[in-house]
Amino acid sequence: MRTSRRTIAAVVAGAAAITLVATGCASSGDGAAADPNEKITLTLATFNDFGYSDEMLAQYTETHPNITIVHNKAATSNDARDNFFTKLGAGSGLADVEAIEVDWLAEIMQYSDKLTDLSSPEVDGRWVEWKTASATDPDGRLVGYGTDIGPEAVCYRADLLKAAGLPSEPAEVAALLDGDWDNYYSVGQQYVDATGNPWFDSAGATYQGVINQVENAYEENDGTVIATENPEVEEAFTSVLEASSTLSAHLGQWSDDWSAGLANGSFATMLCPGWMLGVISGNAPEIADWNIANVFPGGGGNWGGSYLTVPAQGKHPKEAQEFAAWLTAPEQQLQAFTAAGTFPSQVATYSDPALLESTDEFFNNAPVGQIFSDRSEAITVTPFKSVKYFPINDALQKSLTRVDVDKSQSISDSWAQFVADVKALG
Amino acid sequence: MTTALDDERRIRRIAFSQKLSHWDVKISPYLYVSPFFILFAITGLFPLLYTAFVSVHEWHLIGGQGDFVGLDNFAFVLQQPQFWIALRNTFSIFLFSMVPQVAFALLIAAVLNENLRAKTFWRMGVLLPYIVAPVAVTLIFSNMFGDQYGLVNNMLGQLGIPPVQWHSQELPSHLAIATMVNFRWTGYTALILLAGMQAIPRDLYEAASIDGASKPRQFFSITIPQLRPTLIFVIVTSTIGGLQIFDEPRLYDQYGQGGANSQWMTITIYLYNLGWGQLNFGRASAVAWLLFLIIVLIGLLNLAITRRIAASSDITAAARTTKPAQPRRQKVTV
Repeated sequence: MRTSRRTIAAVVAGAAAITLVATGCASSGDGAAADPNEKITLTLATFNDFGYSDEMLAQYTETHPNITIVHNKAATSNDARDNFFTKLGAGSGLADVEAIEVDWLAEIMQYSDKLTDLSSPEVDGRWVEWKTASATDPDGRLVGYGTDIGPEAVCYRADLLKAAGLPSEPAEVAALLDGDWDNYYSVGQQYVDATGNPWFDSAGATYQGVINQVENAYEENDGTVIATENPEVEEAFTSVLEASSTLSAHLGQWSDDWSAGLANGSFATMLCPGWMLGVISGNAPEIADWNIANVFPGGGGNWGGSYLTVPAQGKHPKEAQEFAAWLTAPEQQLQAFTAAGTFPSQVATYSDPALLESTDEFFNNAPVGQIFSDRSEAITVTPFKSVKYFPINDALQKSLTRVDVDKSQSISDSWAQFVADVKALG
Repeated sequence: MTTALDDERRIRRIAFSQKLSHWDVKISPYLYVSPFFILFAITGLFPLLYTAFVSVHEWHLIGGQGDFVGLDNFAFVLQQPQFWIALRNTFSIFLFSMVPQVAFALLIAAVLNENLRAKTFWRMGVLLPYIVAPVAVTLIFSNMFGDQYGLVNNMLGQLGIPPVQWHSQELPSHLAIATMVNFRWTGYTALILLAGMQAIPRDLYEAASIDGASKPRQFFSITIPQLRPTLIFVIVTSTIGGLQIFDEPRLYDQYGQGGANSQWMTITIYLYNLGWGQLNFGRASAVAWLLFLIIVLIGLLNLAITRRIAASSDITAAARTTKPAQPRRQKVTV
């Protein structure tokens, strides 16, 4: 029966094509872990540099021999956010432990039911109160374990200040810059007048420092968007840009030019949250003159900071929670701080000599532990960040870039476009 | 009894095999071509229709399907200045990459078509940039095109030319992105054109040389007209690719959103910003469909032009054969 065999072959070929496609999409699922000694793999996804070294993760696998850890790092918080939302929406593909940033935490809190409730008596009171509060949903479910916070100081190039005839010892610089933003700008003006070189890196970064001292910048506590009518925002926008016209190096933050600027002395100072230390030393390894002043214009300020979450779609939520709890325990966060400068959000660490006595060799042995503890105590305002915070701040940063970096618009034109952009978010 | 049963069975079996062969004739041709159609339905048609379905709904990346809103998403997108800027940028980058690319590729192909030593080496060499991952190309180029400390501006400075704002201004950013596209695709296009050139009958050139035509004259009067079909293929495929350009503008700066003033935001970047930045899939799908319609429109335009060119090349072919010089040439070449 030649003919029928051919028919069958054709049917088989067609079916094979379909199954090929079908299996391509299917995921290789394995059953729930009932056996505590079953070999499992936990994936951990972070971004920038959390300070989780391979050696540190190896400590966990030593005590949990059945667990293998795979650590994936995204380059920027924006990349991590895109990835997080795409896969949260798709319902699969997220790591067992996902790091998220405080700026887009509010967006995630809308879907807190897609994340595992991590609250347990074991971790009660581990973090500073506001850190936990913003990761707790209205039903009282805690969806993220705090990792670091970003208390800000001022980093500066001692050699450049000295050359301009300004004080260059950390304590002197701290005294010099102690005051409001206008003081920071006027000292900057002295520097610019003396040298002709820019004072700070970019309008974008400086604005970030100013706006993080405003409680309700873009949204009321009920979520109403007020970004475009809020005089505080427009005032911050205008004043930063006016100062930038003479003081800024006009470098877009995180751009290649900006990274180069960290090394080639194109600006003398920059605002410096704890996690920025790793960025500076990484981009300017051969510069010996970076230092940190224990001061921040306008009081204290927090910039960034992250959480670890356990998406509910994961296969091993229990093990993942245990792992996240271990990573965010004070001892581990201290290791991370030493590695990458990510300042702990864990209360117990603040009295720990290991933190308070820590210094950073790159920054001329600056007592970073003490400095950032002081800086974190100086924080008086917790900015309210709701669902629209990230996109609005993104639009505002673009408006700053148009004036400061691109120089393609005037301050008022750029503000007008920001207003239009916020409306378009609708 | 038994014989009757056997007969029945035999009859039935014959009937069944007949039926099978009947099916074979009717069905198997379709089965043979079905893998393509099945794959196309899954990877082409279904996404297309599903995108259309999403585009007429409110649709959040995580929240999923919302209310049916008709063409509201389309109306919203068309009213956004951002959309029109994206369209402008896409066409600008497309022209900057398309025109020089085809011109250079023609030149390279013409050189490769000559009797060179180590032919294969040169041909493979031309294809080298195509092998490099576009992401790697973009990262290196965007560093070179840095506004303040980039390699290109440093070299311009050596020559006494003021630095070009490669990122902050529209045209320079389009040029820089087009450079990346050209770097990657010129060699590939050159090889396709080379293949087209090698299909041109040699005797045309021989005849032309005997008539005293110079090399450039031969290039313009024989090579280019004969290459028309290949050129059209190159233009159509690179049009579609050019309108969908994404990697290069996405990685051109640290944010990947096409610049603070949307200087180099292409349509695909706009789509990405809507879908993954603002998490609004309804609007992103509307942009996807608008892009699809634009590409179809340009495809039709291409088709119309192609038809006309094909028709005119028929005429020239006919004219050539009727030329009285033809037999004489052949005589000489033999």
